[in-house]
Amino acid sequence: MSYIPNTEQDQRAMLETIGVEAIEDLFDVVPEQARFPRLGLPAGMSEVEVGQLLQDMAAENVHVRQQASFLGAGVYHHYAPAVVDAILQRGEFLTAYTPYQAEVSQGTLTTIYEFQTLIATLAGMEVANASMYDGSTALAEAVLMAARITRRDKVVLSQGVHPEYCDVVRTYVQGLELPVEEVAYDATTGLTTVTDVEAALSDEPACLVVGYPNFFGGIEDLAAMAELAHEAGALLITVVNPIALGLLKPPGSLGADIVVGEGQPLGVPLQLGGPYLGMFATRKKHMRQMPGRLIGQTTDQDGRRGYVMTLQAREQHIRREKATSNICTNEALVALASTIYLATMGGSGLRRAAELCYHKAHYAADRIESLDGYELVFSTPFFHEFAVRLPAPPRDVNAALRERGMMGGYDLGRRYNGLKDAMLFCVTEMNTRDQIDDLVDALVQISIR
Amino acid sequence: MNRDDVLEPLLFENSKPGRADDYLPKLDVPEAPLPGEHVRDDLPLPEVSEPDVVRHFTRLSQLNFGIDTNFYPLGSCTMKYNPKINEATARLPGFAWLHPYQDESTIQGALRLMHELQEILAEIAGLPAVTLEPAAGAHGELTGMLIIRAYHVHNGDTHRKYVLVPDSAHGTNPATATMCGYEVIEIPSDERGNMDPEAIEAAVNDEVAGLMLTNPSTLGLFEEHICEITEMVHEAGGLVYCDGANMNALLGVARQGELGCDVLHYNLHKTFSTPHGGGGPGAGATAVSETLEPFLPIPVVARNADGYCFDFDRPHSIGRVRAFYGNFGNMVRGYTYIRRQGRGGLEAVSRNAVLNANYLRAKLQDTYHLPYDRSCMHEVVLSGKRQAEQGAQTLDIAKRLLDLGFHAPTIYFPLIVEEALMIEPTETESRETLDAFAEAMLEIAREAAETPEIVTEAPHNTPVSRLDEVTAARKPNLRWNSAAD
Repeated sequence: MSYIPNTEQDQRAMLETIGVEAIEDLFDVVPEQARFPRLGLPAGMSEVEVGQLLQDMAAENVHVRQQASFLGAGVYHHYAPAVVDAILQRGEFLTAYTPYQAEVSQGTLTTIYEFQTLIATLAGMEVANASMYDGSTALAEAVLMAARITRRDKVVLSQGVHPEYCDVVRTYVQGLELPVEEVAYDATTGLTTVTDVEAALSDEPACLVVGYPNFFGGIEDLAAMAELAHEAGALLITVVNPIALGLLKPPGSLGADIVVGEGQPLGVPLQLGGPYLGMFATRKKHMRQMPGRLIGQTTDQDGRRGYVMTLQAREQHIRREKATSNICTNEALVALASTIYLATMGGSGLRRAAELCYHKAHYAADRIESLDGYELVFSTPFFHEFAVRLPAPPRDVNAALRERGMMGGYDLGRRYNGLKDAMLFCVTEMNTRDQIDDLVDALVQISIR
Repeated sequence: MNRDDVLEPLLFENSKPGRADDYLPKLDVPEAPLPGEHVRDDLPLPEVSEPDVVRHFTRLSQLNFGIDTNFYPLGSCTMKYNPKINEATARLPGFAWLHPYQDESTIQGALRLMHELQEILAEIAGLPAVTLEPAAGAHGELTGMLIIRAYHVHNGDTHRKYVLVPDSAHGTNPATATMCGYEVIEIPSDERGNMDPEAIEAAVNDEVAGLMLTNPSTLGLFEEHICEITEMVHEAGGLVYCDGANMNALLGVARQGELGCDVLHYNLHKTFSTPHGGGGPGAGATAVSETLEPFLPIPVVARNADGYCFDFDRPHSIGRVRAFYGNFGNMVRGYTYIRRQGRGGLEAVSRNAVLNANYLRAKLQDTYHLPYDRSCMHEVVLSGKRQAEQGAQTLDIAKRLLDLGFHAPTIYFPLIVEEALMIEPTETESRETLDAFAEAMLEIAREAAETPEIVTEAPHNTPVSRLDEVTAARKPNLRWNSAAD
């Protein structure tokens, strides 16, 4: 057994203090027929063995640091300065918990206050919370929040929002039975169709949700969407990519009421989908309807600046069944990673990361579009992702790319009937020109074959 | 603000344009024209040099207590030691750098790990099917209750609108019930700290969707009527959800499925020792009975002739509760921990967690009021009401503990215990540490009787003194603004 310091001698002395003969006696209250089942689990291993086992399992996988990858679709391969993980591994951050005792948690509290400031600044919003589980659950909670604020039920989702985010919204609204309507993307531009939005907003909706950039990489006209939503008395919720916000106008300046998004691109490894980071920002007037933890600045008895959890009267441990959400943690360590990331990169570094993504993606798109048999699906400004019609089924193209030691893009046919022959490519600062050129060469060979 | 009044300046206060280091390579392709109308004109993020960044966060870290620095007996949160090997395995590039949309053939090792973890968690729970998708305990609760709802809806049983929740429950339980569209009926505890079977019997009927229980309860007590109660709920057509926050007490001690629970969420970060990170990320794997298996969120990890795969073909599923597949990084940590411990190690975990808690109970129960005089499980809930009568409230005791180098227990919870002090030592603490903590608690009790102001004015030697929470809530300041704003 491991990580248990008490010796048999300690245990005997402790049992004597307690006044029982054996540890097992402490479990007399457990129904006898169910007590001490023999679990069908393997025996323990030494640290050497378990390290080897996990190394072997990891070696069965192919990862994006071995091969060029053009996968994005909500999860993005970026560089994080070495500082990020070095600080994350400090036990004082890693092994603390929710800062219930503020006097011995100023480290965690201060970093979250910085995180809230950074996210609000990026989004162009007044306030941000301490984070949600991930982008998809942040969106689901934003939708519930919009329903509370407007006292309306109907949710309008653009098909240009990540399809799995839409799935999560549908799951979250099951119990409350909120109706959800999807509005189509325009087949030419790939952006949310304005006429469809107008129709969907006609019957007292709570909110309109659009992506920025949207799932196909396109840059939506947020100001127009905000105007339509507000005319209908609904809130505009935008799902953002934080790296893109290094380049693009902040949604707050374009009329968004709630801004959510996946914070993973800000210094967090891909990890097959998690742990990630839900960003959540809004206007100050809505802050008491926000879900999740909030950190506020205050002073101590001696007038020194300090930080505490605040506005807790919204939360489940105080309000129980009347709380704004059941969430009781944030993703503090992941929020710390993104705070360190933004601190080291700075505004200039974030802008550079965004521009590298933008230019490289456009270089790749231009080259692919020039190939016979390949065409860009949409004609619209995009950030670092673009949809391409292929001369062969996306599955086959990806299999052929795998044979050549690279990972292709996301198969749009998985979720969009109109895009059965299309693939979503993503290019970031981690893709070199050589990798892009290799991809193009491979696509040429695939189309000839 | 005077610099002396600031423990550590904020990043924004250390910022100077042009200071940030450059980490990224030069552009190696032609520039494309930027989409002018969409480009932002300012990005007022701080610019700080790398050495200053490192110092900033290192200094901030030193203002924290963590398990690595201090005993941290925060009840219900299971602040056990987080083995460093788990951090090493989670950072293996073959786990850390997998994209969720890679072809299944390229992630067989990861899928195998998930599949084995599902099976292990099913075996421990005595419930055959598991989803790893929920991101945290409360998220597992939501998943579990949506599954219960889907089961009733599937059976055409749509008139069930109530959920029973004991008065000792975590706040997440009633909050979850509300999110699932249910109304909560609170069940009182009896004089031994159990859910009262008579109260359950009076409350269950064909309008009740189910019961949300916690076992061991938040009082640190094993429910003495558990089988009788779960049977009553089942007889009325309801289902039983078990909050697995306290599974650290029951590994190899009892299977929740054999006690009549239909759904159980785990907190991998508690029971299986993934680090709490200052408040997340957690992981809330959820196990269900065979009857409820069809309703699990998509996808689940399955095995077929070609190897491991994601199974999306589940027509009765509640859908997704999260994008992708859950907090995989924490699955690697939890799996590493479980394989390291093995069957015998996990059995020893719960036995020693319960031994340690009872040891503290025995040492403290003469001085602090013990509201339920019986053996506890992995945590002991005491009441500071005697000390409160002398003028030192539980909050004061908690603050005084910080002075003495211990993180405070959970306080004022469960709500049904006056001046509650909920102490969870965990199995990773030595007898010497427990003795030192008990001595500190006894010392504080003496101070409360003799020199209560030492306690009521605590903490005296933490980085800041008590903070003004009232003003923080009345005039919320949730972000830094430059003086110019």
